[in-house]
Amino acid sequence: MTSPQKETGPSNSSRASKECTVINKLGIHARPAALFVKVANKFESDITVEKDGEAVNGKSIMGLMMLAAGHNSKLRITADGHDAAQAVREIEQLFLQKFNED
Amino acid sequence: MVKKPSTERIFHGIGVSPGVARGKIIVCSIAEEVVPEYDIAPEQIPQEIARFEQALITTRGQLHELQQRIATGTGSTASSSILDVHVSITEDPALIEPVMTRLEQEKRNVESIFNSVARKYVKTLAELPDEFLRERAVDVQDVTRRILRNLLGHDHLTLSDLPPNTIVVAYDLSPSDTSSLNRQSVVGFATDVGSHTSHTAIMARSMNIPAVVGLRDLSQHVRDGQSAILDGYSGTLVVDPNEQTLFIYGQLDAKRHSVAERQAALRDLPAETLDGHRVTLSGNIELPEDVPALLQVGAQGVGLFRTEFLYLGRKDFPNEHEQAEKYFQVARAAKPHSVIIRTLDLGGDKFHSEEVTPTEINPFLGFRAIRFCLANVDVFATQLRAILRASAEGNVKVMYPMISSVNEVIQANEILEQVKFDLRQEGFAFDEDIQVGAMIEIPSAALTAEMIAQEVDFFSIGSNDLIQYTMAVDRVNEKVANLYEPTHPAILRLIRGCVEAAHNNGIWVGVCGEIAGEPLYVPLLVGMGVDELSVAASSMPRVKEVIRRLRFSDAQELAAATLDATRSRDVLAMLNALLQRIDPDVVS
Repeated sequence: MTSPQKETGPSNSSRASKECTVINKLGIHARPAALFVKVANKFESDITVEKDGEAVNGKSIMGLMMLAAGHNSKLRITADGHDAAQAVREIEQLFLQKFNED
Repeated sequence: MVKKPSTERIFHGIGVSPGVARGKIIVCSIAEEVVPEYDIAPEQIPQEIARFEQALITTRGQLHELQQRIATGTGSTASSSILDVHVSITEDPALIEPVMTRLEQEKRNVESIFNSVARKYVKTLAELPDEFLRERAVDVQDVTRRILRNLLGHDHLTLSDLPPNTIVVAYDLSPSDTSSLNRQSVVGFATDVGSHTSHTAIMARSMNIPAVVGLRDLSQHVRDGQSAILDGYSGTLVVDPNEQTLFIYGQLDAKRHSVAERQAALRDLPAETLDGHRVTLSGNIELPEDVPALLQVGAQGVGLFRTEFLYLGRKDFPNEHEQAEKYFQVARAAKPHSVIIRTLDLGGDKFHSEEVTPTEINPFLGFRAIRFCLANVDVFATQLRAILRASAEGNVKVMYPMISSVNEVIQANEILEQVKFDLRQEGFAFDEDIQVGAMIEIPSAALTAEMIAQEVDFFSIGSNDLIQYTMAVDRVNEKVANLYEPTHPAILRLIRGCVEAAHNNGIWVGVCGEIAGEPLYVPLLVGMGVDELSVAASSMPRVKEVIRRLRFSDAQELAAATLDATRSRDVLAMLNALLQRIDPDVVS
């Protein structure tokens, strides 16, 4: 699991972070979590998802489910790596599209 | 009576799909795997890691194969997205990394370590406060068990490789179990648990093979290879049937076969009485795939398309596109006949309701069907949009379930008008004059049918619930099931009242409950003036035969006479006498 204090590595490495609100009604249950992981896995960056001080690996479906992120909960998505900005953008998009639900 | 040899055993459950099957039992056990545990030498660690990786690869391969079968076969999209979740779990670093770490630390065989990691996750998930997520523990268990079996080299609960004439016996069957099912080999299903709406029941009906559920602990009392007769009519499984039982079933078969042939010949003839009164005979379906079978037995359209399958077995709601696709599919398949699409009827016996609403003490009197829809307008409007879009085909009607007063119809119609307005703005084609119907299944609706008739284009009497609600009887409860009387004077009066209210207001009325498919009640319903009967495909031929042998004037006389009777059993006797006279073969 990525520690928030992780060193920013080589020069092409960067960090991006964004707070996202869960707007789909049923929250991050299994299917949205699977979708999240699918998108996260497209990127080389380490991705961390934090909710109320609890952080999990954004590439772990079970980690995401354990967060029990219901409707209206707020999650901080942080990516570390050369494609961090793009990763956060695409993940934010998932939240905005309600994970193709509702 | 001859004493039965002790070898034959009879198990009683609930018949949820009609028919009789003979075959050999295969028990699909879900018993916990026995996982060996032993220490390993440090140099064996790479070997254990390789085994684990191989098991993960094999598992992913199996899951992908299942997905493909679902895509090409008859599996639902819901189960395919469950498999997506399963694939994701096999790739989860949170599952894989702790196994690797503990292998190094504990130096034990990989299956024992994996089992311990997996169980921990299942347990944690099962204790989460969120009900939806808690249910996902089942998925984690399902997929980790699959990985474990691959590690152990054990065979799967594989239903793809069954011998011909197999009766599948299981505790319960999930979509992921049955997605690999080789349908050609299976002649019937028997499960320990379940109901009319469980996955097994729905699948059996669409496959047109018998199924019996609710057989309690059957799966623990039978073994592979035992021969059995599965009777989906009576809800029984006879294991190791003796000579006498085989003979009885043989005779029943021969008779059913010749009667069935005679009735099948009526396929293309109208459902018309001897004196020229026509009734529309349509069918009830659960899945779009059921339409061809329905048309094959001569149905004049779909009188009840239940849409719950779209909502079952998943935690989210189907979107408009997904629904519209299914509705279009049915509308096109049913042409030139029409299709009545019933809006969401979840709740009561439909298990999904427990997932979207807290468990209710009395779900049949609770938050379900139109009540749920009017309180969740977005869910309802999404469905109405999809139905309206399919109505562009020109043969779609819509029907609201569980109406208890005219206010609900008015509210639902307002939402329908709003949805029409939106679609018009967006430029979608749809049927502006789509017929709207109300299910009459609650006594308060039946008693105010005159008012409701002014707001709709047709009625469909849901007799199962109407009887249940009128008599305050749960017919699944065997202690009171004897009070469930379709011929009770109160029921006859309610049905009669609905028909009169409909006809007084120039609208038509159908019956879509089980009595519509029972030859015994058909003359009564026809005589009362019911315009349409919607029945299961399997009942269609015999119902048509009864109508074609009936004289409408006799049916009207019968209906009038039953309304004067004071006791159910007198009514039953009249019905029996008439049926005996016109079609003795179908008297059960």
